[in-house]
Amino acid sequence: MTAKVTVEDVERVAELAHLELKPEETPRILHDLNAILDYVAELNQLDTAGVTPLAQVSELQSELETAAGASVLRADRPQPSLDRAVVISQAPETDGAFFKVPKVIVR
Amino acid sequence: MPSETKTAEIYVEKPKTLAALREGIVSGRIKAADLAAGYYERIEKKNPRLNVYLSLTRERALAQAAKIDAAAAKGDPLGPLAGIPVGIKDVLVVKGAPATAGSKILEDYRPPYDATAVSKLEAAGAVLLGKLNCDEFAMGSSNENSAYGPVRNPVDTERVPGGSSGGAAAAVAANLAVATLGSDTGGSIRQPASFCGVVGVLPTYGRVSRYGLIAFASSLDRVGPFASNVRDAATMLGAIAGHDPKDATSSPAPVPDFAAESDKSAERLRIGVPAEYFAEGLDPEVRTAIERGIAALEAAGCAVKPVSLPHTKYAVPVYYLIATAEASANLARFDGVRYGYRSAASETLSAMYRHSRDEGFGAEVKRRILLGTYALSAGYYDAYYLKAQQVRRILAEEFLRAFAEVDAIVTPTSPTPAFKLGEKCDDPIAMYLADIYTVTASLAGICGVTVPCGATQAGLPVGMQVLAAHLNEGTAFRVARAVEAAGL
Repeated sequence: MTAKVTVEDVERVAELAHLELKPEETPRILHDLNAILDYVAELNQLDTAGVTPLAQVSELQSELETAAGASVLRADRPQPSLDRAVVISQAPETDGAFFKVPKVIVR
Repeated sequence: MPSETKTAEIYVEKPKTLAALREGIVSGRIKAADLAAGYYERIEKKNPRLNVYLSLTRERALAQAAKIDAAAAKGDPLGPLAGIPVGIKDVLVVKGAPATAGSKILEDYRPPYDATAVSKLEAAGAVLLGKLNCDEFAMGSSNENSAYGPVRNPVDTERVPGGSSGGAAAAVAANLAVATLGSDTGGSIRQPASFCGVVGVLPTYGRVSRYGLIAFASSLDRVGPFASNVRDAATMLGAIAGHDPKDATSSPAPVPDFAAESDKSAERLRIGVPAEYFAEGLDPEVRTAIERGIAALEAAGCAVKPVSLPHTKYAVPVYYLIATAEASANLARFDGVRYGYRSAASETLSAMYRHSRDEGFGAEVKRRILLGTYALSAGYYDAYYLKAQQVRRILAEEFLRAFAEVDAIVTPTSPTPAFKLGEKCDDPIAMYLADIYTVTASLAGICGVTVPCGATQAGLPVGMQVLAAHLNEGTAFRVARAVEAAGL
């Protein structure tokens, strides 16, 4: 199990999440991330060897769905999507066809 | 009973049932246009204080009302919600109307489409009055995290309505809509319904399409109705449920006639009471009210027995790991590129992302994104997120085993009644219990109904949560009707 969360960890997480953290916000986040370690410690009380993760609860539901042979995947056929003009109307900055953003500069 | 009278005083007019209103509209005795106008008048008077509605969809509402009245006059067939004024939580998209999700980051966003649940309501004849206030991105349990100000509980305006669907619950409680749609990820329909003294439904995961619901945690989010009585809530669920090809997690299971199911007697249904939900931290007045509700179920012919859900306490850490992890992924799309708030004058793309998100998101949302990002980051994914999903299976299977012995499980919906605005609950044990009561069902994907079950001495509503196995909303409705009929 990892040691306590460090300020470097907080900065790395903020970078991954594309969020700016002011210096005065860091202690609170540090505290909250350490609380996660407490949650995980609690969960580690349980032996979950061989337990399949349950990411999608639908698999628990009535067998009638699988018995009917219903596939959740649709046929691979192109279908109309949203109208471009309508989508572009919501853009903060656009040339009418593309979303315009500041230059990408590799750091 | 004194507390019941005090609660009743809050209503200027006691709301009629959906069925009674619809009957009046179909017969032509009530004009849908007049009904909508009447609701807008009430909203104008009460909304400044309660802050329930963030925006109104007047044009669309009045056009629909006129359509319904014309059809009624011709004697054309009308849908189950013909002319019924409803409100929509602002995390569900209504074409052309604001969908702020209670956040500044979406303040100017106008969705180009309707959520499936919204289209279905309108196809059933409902009149969409407007968009309802909520905690930002559905993260919160008091509606104090909204970027547009808190909602006040109509029963006691110094108190919170609960959250995150505070506006949706309060709208029904204050009769500013006959019924509303909210969303529930960890309790966001059930808890505010309990705080406001109305009925709230947690449909089985997949029962109602999530297409058009601004996502918080995709494996947990559900869309569900609020109403002033159980039968109306069942009618609302019937209108919005059903398979949707636009939602890959949508269930193909057939939709029963929920309203008719709710009419069936609860006699001989087996009711489980889990000791884990009646432990330390439960307000004694809430306990008393729930015990009266359980006694009413026995009087109605139900067989009540204890059940054991020994892993219940692990639900809170599991929920916090899964919900924040999924939220961090779902909220990555708010980056200022294609829609929503973009921070001015950023020099680089990376700076634009950071500033837009930092300026657009509130503190609680940022906090949860950071927690979730951490839980999913390299080196921790297996130990945190995956472990939580494993424990989730243990919790879900525990419910399945319980439902082999009983038809429904009843618990308090919340360990306390509504607390005062600005007073985050000081008792950490009660806060912990509050989460446990609702997140367990969220994680397992099962369904439930919260039904008013008396009140405290001060007149604050208490709700009983009735949980049922996947796709068994009908059973939950039957039990809830029995509690409702007792008139506690």
